[in-house]
Amino acid sequence: MNISVCDRVQNICADVFALSIEQITPESSPQTISTWDSLQHLNLVLAIEQEFGTQFAPDEIAPRLSIQAIIDLLAAKLSPSDYSL
Amino acid sequence: MTGLSLRQEIDRHIASNAAALAAARLGELWQKEASPSTAGFVVSRYERLRSCMSLLSHRAFILRSFTIEPVIPLLRAAAFVNGIDLIVQTGDFNAYAQEILDPASRLYQFEPDIGIWALQTRDIAPELWEQYADLSPAETTAIISRVVTLFRDLIQAFRSYSQAPLIVHTLEMPALASQGILDRQLEASQAAAVEQINSELRNLAKAHIGVYILDYDALIARHGRMRWYDERKWLVMRMPIAAEHLMDVANEWLRFVHPLVGKVCKVLVTDLDNTLWGGVVGEDGVEGIKVDSDYPGAAYRTLQRTMLDLYRRGIILAICSKNNLSDAMAVLESHQDMLLRPQHFAALRINWDDKVENLRAIAAELKVGIDTLAFLDDNPVERARVRAELPAVTVIELPDDPMGYAQALRNTPVFERLSLSNEDHERGHYYAEQRQRLELERNVASLEGFYEALQQEVKIAPVSSETLVRVAQLTQKTNQFNLTTRRYSEQQIAEMAASPNWGVYTLGVKDRFGDNGIVGVAISHDTEDVSEIDTFLLSCRVIGRTVETALLAFLVKQSRARGKTYLQGWFIPTKKNTPAKEFYSTHKFRLLTERGGETLWSVDVRDTEIACPPWIRLILSGEASAS
Repeated sequence: MNISVCDRVQNICADVFALSIEQITPESSPQTISTWDSLQHLNLVLAIEQEFGTQFAPDEIAPRLSIQAIIDLLAAKLSPSDYSL
Repeated sequence: MTGLSLRQEIDRHIASNAAALAAARLGELWQKEASPSTAGFVVSRYERLRSCMSLLSHRAFILRSFTIEPVIPLLRAAAFVNGIDLIVQTGDFNAYAQEILDPASRLYQFEPDIGIWALQTRDIAPELWEQYADLSPAETTAIISRVVTLFRDLIQAFRSYSQAPLIVHTLEMPALASQGILDRQLEASQAAAVEQINSELRNLAKAHIGVYILDYDALIARHGRMRWYDERKWLVMRMPIAAEHLMDVANEWLRFVHPLVGKVCKVLVTDLDNTLWGGVVGEDGVEGIKVDSDYPGAAYRTLQRTMLDLYRRGIILAICSKNNLSDAMAVLESHQDMLLRPQHFAALRINWDDKVENLRAIAAELKVGIDTLAFLDDNPVERARVRAELPAVTVIELPDDPMGYAQALRNTPVFERLSLSNEDHERGHYYAEQRQRLELERNVASLEGFYEALQQEVKIAPVSSETLVRVAQLTQKTNQFNLTTRRYSEQQIAEMAASPNWGVYTLGVKDRFGDNGIVGVAISHDTEDVSEIDTFLLSCRVIGRTVETALLAFLVKQSRARGKTYLQGWFIPTKKNTPAKEFYSTHKFRLLTERGGETLWSVDVRDTEIACPPWIRLILSGEASAS
C-alpha cells in the first residue's frame, strides 16, 4: 500500500490535533486550527520526524507553517524513492 | 489491518457505543504503532470512552527542569490502554524548586496522587556538566554538597506538604567526561561526582516514606547514551531527548505508575512447549527439547531465569499448556537443564482443554481475580483468543524470535513492585501449603471440623515500622474481602498510626501448615461516641476461615474499652467485593442508612458481644493487648 506524503502528513495532523481527516487540508495552518499552539507544534514536528525518519533543522521548524509548507519541506528532504506525492 | 482502517473501525465502535470493542482495538493500534501521532488519537478517543468504562483514575504532577510536554500524550495513551486514566499536569519550566517549596503552589493545589520529578545534571549542576575541567577538588565538593542539600530540602518540603508518592530522577553521566579517559584515573573524577550525588539521593529516598528513585542514568544507558539526546531540540526548544526515546521515558514512568495505582498482576501463567523450552516434548521427547545454555536453548533458559526472578519478587507462577501431563511432568521433574521445577508452580493445568477455561480455573483455584493473571504463550493464536475472551487478563506480547522472550517479560510493568514485604519473599511457599489445606478441607466432614483441624493462631497487633509496607500494600491490592476499598500510601498509614484518634491493626494468621503472614488490616477512626471502621480487609488467602470474626470481635472490645457507644462501618460495593457484602449483617450489625448503594452499619458495643470463634487461638500484642 502506497500512501502519499501528503496523506501521511494529513493523517498525522488529524491524530495530533484530534480532528477528523476531512478537517485537515493543505491550507490548514496555526491560523485555521485553534489548538495548534507552540506545544502542539512541537508534538507535530516530533510525530512527523518519527514517521519519516528525518530531522528538521531548527530554522526550518521555528516558524509555524501551513501543512502544504511542511509537505514541501519533507519533499525536499526525502529521496524520491521514499515517497510518492 | 492498517493503522488507518483500525482508526476508522475504532471510530465506528465509538459511534455505536461499543466501548469494550473500541478499547480492544485501541490497544491493538497502540501495540502496532506507539508514536507521538498515535498517542494523540488514542488519548482523544479514550477521553470520549472514559465515562462508560471502569478505568482507574489517578492524578500525576510532573516537576521538571526541561521541556517534557511531548512525553505526556505518550504516557497518557500507554496508561489508557492499560486501564489507567492518568490526569497529568506539568509544572512550569525549571520551576520545580519554587513549586515544591510553596505550599500554595499549583503542585499542591492539583492534589496529585503521584509526583514525578524529572531533572537533568546540566540543569541542577551545570558546573559539573559543562565546566568540570575548570573546577578545583574543593569547588567540586562544594557543588556536590549544594546539590545534595537542595535535594534534601526539597524532598523534606514535598513530604510535609503532600502525601503523594514522589518519583525522583537520578542525575545522568556525561557521555564522555570532560577529561576523557583521564577522568576515571583522577581522584576528583567528574563521573564519580555525579555518582556521589546519586548515592546521597538514594539515601534521602530511603530516609523518607514514599520517595522512590528512578535511575535515569541507567535508563539512558539501556537505550544508548549516544542516541538518547537531540542537541538541536535542546538548543531550540529545551527538549533534550530524541523523539525516538520519548516513549522510553513514558514507559519507565509507567513502571512506577502500575504498582502505585495497584494495577499489577499477581500470577504469571505460562505455556510450556516453545515457551518455557524449545521444541515440543510430545514429539521431540524429554531429551530432544532445547533448554541448555547454548543456542537455541539459552533463550528459553534466560526466560526461565527471568521467571525465577519474578518468583523471588512474590509473583505466583502457574502453567497452562496443551500437553500430555506425564510428558510435561517428566521435563519439569527430571530434565537436567530446567531451572523451574514443579515446586515453583502454584497451579498446573496441563491438558488438552481450552486455555480460556483453564485460565478461569487457575484464578478460581488460587482465589485471585482473573484480572490479576498475566498470560505468556508463544502462540499468537492463543494470545489473540485470550485477549478476546478474557480482556481482563494481561496478555504479554512476544516477539517472533525466542531470544527476545525474556526481555519482553522483563518489560511488562504489571510485575513491577516498589517495595517487598516478607510476605512477598515467602509467597511461593504459602501457595504450596495452600494446596495441602485444600486437601484437608476435602477430607474433613464438617466445616467446624475443618476449622478445628486447621489449628489457627491469630495475632492482632498495632501497625509497626516493620509492617507498614505490608499494610499499605494490602490496602492497595485487596479487592475481594474489602469493605471500603480505600487505597492508602505508606505515608498515609504512618500518619494515621501516629494520630491518637486512629487505630491501625494488622491480623496475622498461622495454622498447622505454616505461617500465612499478615493477611488482614483494620483501621478505626474515633469521633465522640462513635468508632468508625474506616478499613476492614482480608487477603484472599484466608477468606472463609472465620479469622475476620476474630478481628471484628477485637474492634468491638477495643471501642468498648475506649468508652465508645457505637461501632460503625460503611460497606462500599465494588465490582469485586461481593465476598464482603454480608459481613456486617451476619455479625449483629444493624443497617443505619443507605447512600447511593453504600450502606452504613452500626452495633451498640455497650450491650452487644461479638465472640472470637472457639477454634481460634487469639494473641494480642503491643498496644492491642493493653486495652
